[in-house]
Amino acid sequence: MTDSVLHSVLLLTSLGVIAAIVLYVVSKKFYVYENPLITDVEDLLPAANCAGCGSPGCRSFAEKLVNTEDISNLFCPVGGNDVMKSIAELLGKEVIEKDPTVAVLLCQGSCDMRPKTTQFQGPDSCAISALVFSGETDCQYGCLGKGDCVEACLFDAMYMDKDTGLPIIITDKCTSCGACVEACPKNIIEMRPKNKRDLKIFVGCMNEDKGGIAKKACNVACIGCSKCFDICPKGAITMANNLAYIDPYLCTLCRKCVDICPTNSIIETNFPPKKVKANVKPVKIKTDA
Amino acid sequence: MLKTFPKGGIHPHENKITSAKAIKKLPLPKTVYVPISQHIGIPSEIIVERKEKVSIGQVIAKSGGYVSSNIHSPVAGTVTKLDKLIDSSGYKKQCIVIRTDFKDQSNFEIIDTPLQTEIKLSETEILQHITDYGIVGLGGATFPSHVKLNIKKDKIIDYLIINGVECEPYLTADHRLMLEKAEEIIVGIEILMFALHIDKIIIGIENNKKNAIDNFKKLTTNNNKIKVAALKIKYPQGSEKQLVKSLLKREVPKNGLPLDVGVIVHNVGTIFAIYEAVQYNKPLIERVVTVTGKKVKNPSNFWVKIGTPVKDLIDEVGGLPEDTRKIINGGPMMGKAIKNTDVPITKGTSGILVISEDEAERKRSKNCIRCGQCVFVCPMGLEPHLLMNLTEKRMYEKAFNEDIMTCIECGSCSYVCPSHRPLLDYIRFGKSIIKKLETDKN
Repeated sequence: MTDSVLHSVLLLTSLGVIAAIVLYVVSKKFYVYENPLITDVEDLLPAANCAGCGSPGCRSFAEKLVNTEDISNLFCPVGGNDVMKSIAELLGKEVIEKDPTVAVLLCQGSCDMRPKTTQFQGPDSCAISALVFSGETDCQYGCLGKGDCVEACLFDAMYMDKDTGLPIIITDKCTSCGACVEACPKNIIEMRPKNKRDLKIFVGCMNEDKGGIAKKACNVACIGCSKCFDICPKGAITMANNLAYIDPYLCTLCRKCVDICPTNSIIETNFPPKKVKANVKPVKIKTDA
Repeated sequence: MLKTFPKGGIHPHENKITSAKAIKKLPLPKTVYVPISQHIGIPSEIIVERKEKVSIGQVIAKSGGYVSSNIHSPVAGTVTKLDKLIDSSGYKKQCIVIRTDFKDQSNFEIIDTPLQTEIKLSETEILQHITDYGIVGLGGATFPSHVKLNIKKDKIIDYLIINGVECEPYLTADHRLMLEKAEEIIVGIEILMFALHIDKIIIGIENNKKNAIDNFKKLTTNNNKIKVAALKIKYPQGSEKQLVKSLLKREVPKNGLPLDVGVIVHNVGTIFAIYEAVQYNKPLIERVVTVTGKKVKNPSNFWVKIGTPVKDLIDEVGGLPEDTRKIINGGPMMGKAIKNTDVPITKGTSGILVISEDEAERKRSKNCIRCGQCVFVCPMGLEPHLLMNLTEKRMYEKAFNEDIMTCIECGSCSYVCPSHRPLLDYIRFGKSIIKKLETDKN
């Protein structure tokens, strides 16, 4: 009885000792040095693994941050300036502060503004729909409404509005990782600076057709009339392919273009409501969420 | 025992309603809309201006490169617009809009001209004519014919296969052409035999066109170079690779062309266009189009000028039936629904199919039950269910390794799937992504 207990204890102990020696030797022999900073930096990062920085995950981004000399062009959009600042302090490197950005949808073609002329019967996917034809409406530049962007969003910052058939971006949740921009086959999602109090002005249209055709397809299309271009005091608006574009870094948010747009295709967000003048049409304010 | 390809294939309802109807000439359209990219390859370059007068057969868009083709004016008239219009691809593409003036119609009304059997041109002149007169493959892929015929010296070509299979249900354009223009097609074949120095010709026709087979057999009784082969009725036999396998038991290599196994395949429509181009200097400005559908009042075959809007053809067959749901450019298996009836007929349009509500309905997709039907019918020996799953999960590299790129998009898998899974939609999507990734890499 005692013999067998002794035997097994001895056997297991000696096995353990041999294994320990082997493991020790192997770990010394094949030791790979890893900068302990990498783990520290990784702990600071948001661990979203969204690939918004361009690296496949937070760990590899941390490696990149530690191993590159100049990290001023590296940025974690999810963590933002605070995270980047603390990482820079830890590493003793310098970062440039960036304006926080947010995704905006450059299309207002809801079901009643942009009537459907055909029907797509295939699988529910924008990418497949875009492969087959230009979309259910007559506008071949606008939102297809199948929700590839919503599916791509890792942060639940988007949902499809059933009434309009367009995706809505919840600005507070948006981390500007860029997954939706990549997922959209029509390239109608843009990253724009958040500004103070999330005030934004942008052209909510991508239609490059001539005015008449664009207007026929969609009531709120940009018809390329250049009125906003003429009125802009800062020269922030450029016209190309029958389409206006507002440069967010030149725009001073004066809202002159919003009032003058004949088709209401310029969107302003989160501005306080205007005092309505008698002869000016009330402008539809689109708020996020 | 009739010849056929060994792997896969299906047999959908034939529905060849129009096979007994002679090809009629469509009245001249008031306006034609000629897209500049009617072929595979680089779009042509427009060489006319607005308000310019053009005559029939005048080059209005010049070939944009080697794999490209000239486009000729199908009517005499005035160029009214150079605009972007929706074509059969579903997107707005550059088009040349010409208003017909009904005056100068003297040239090229040669469908009824007498047969001319004597070949007067030399080999290089024949190839030059095919290049100049904008001949493309009329089977549907619209691959520029001069590229196909320009064979490098180191390749040995011993067979020319004439594709008269027309395996798509509903369509009868090639069938009617083979009945009505058989003699011209034989001359066309002789032209190619002369130009390419090939002396073994096989005309492959499916067995549901017995009168066409008999017709050709009668015409070639004294000619021991041209053989007529009846094929078992099976879709997709009209695909080049399957046809080569059926007739010669040669396997076209993966990502290869029939050229690699010493074969050239041409559609009967292309052969007729070559005949016209070589013997009568006629550019490719019209083709046979079947307008059909179960509920269409008067389905028929027409000679249609390139650029005629679909609307004109539908008016000619008695208007759209009330419960029309889809209008398909091409056959029901590989064709594509068009967005509206203003879409023009292009060089690749072999049929216009009107489909009613109950036929068009796409059933809701359910889960894959692993029955293996899609694997069984795939003529390329692929596993469609696997390819769809991989594409859906964005595992493109794995899909590439499973040979997704060899798919010929025949749609047999989607046709047989008992769970109504959109197999082909996803495979096409996966192919497009992989193509994009490859171009990005280069």
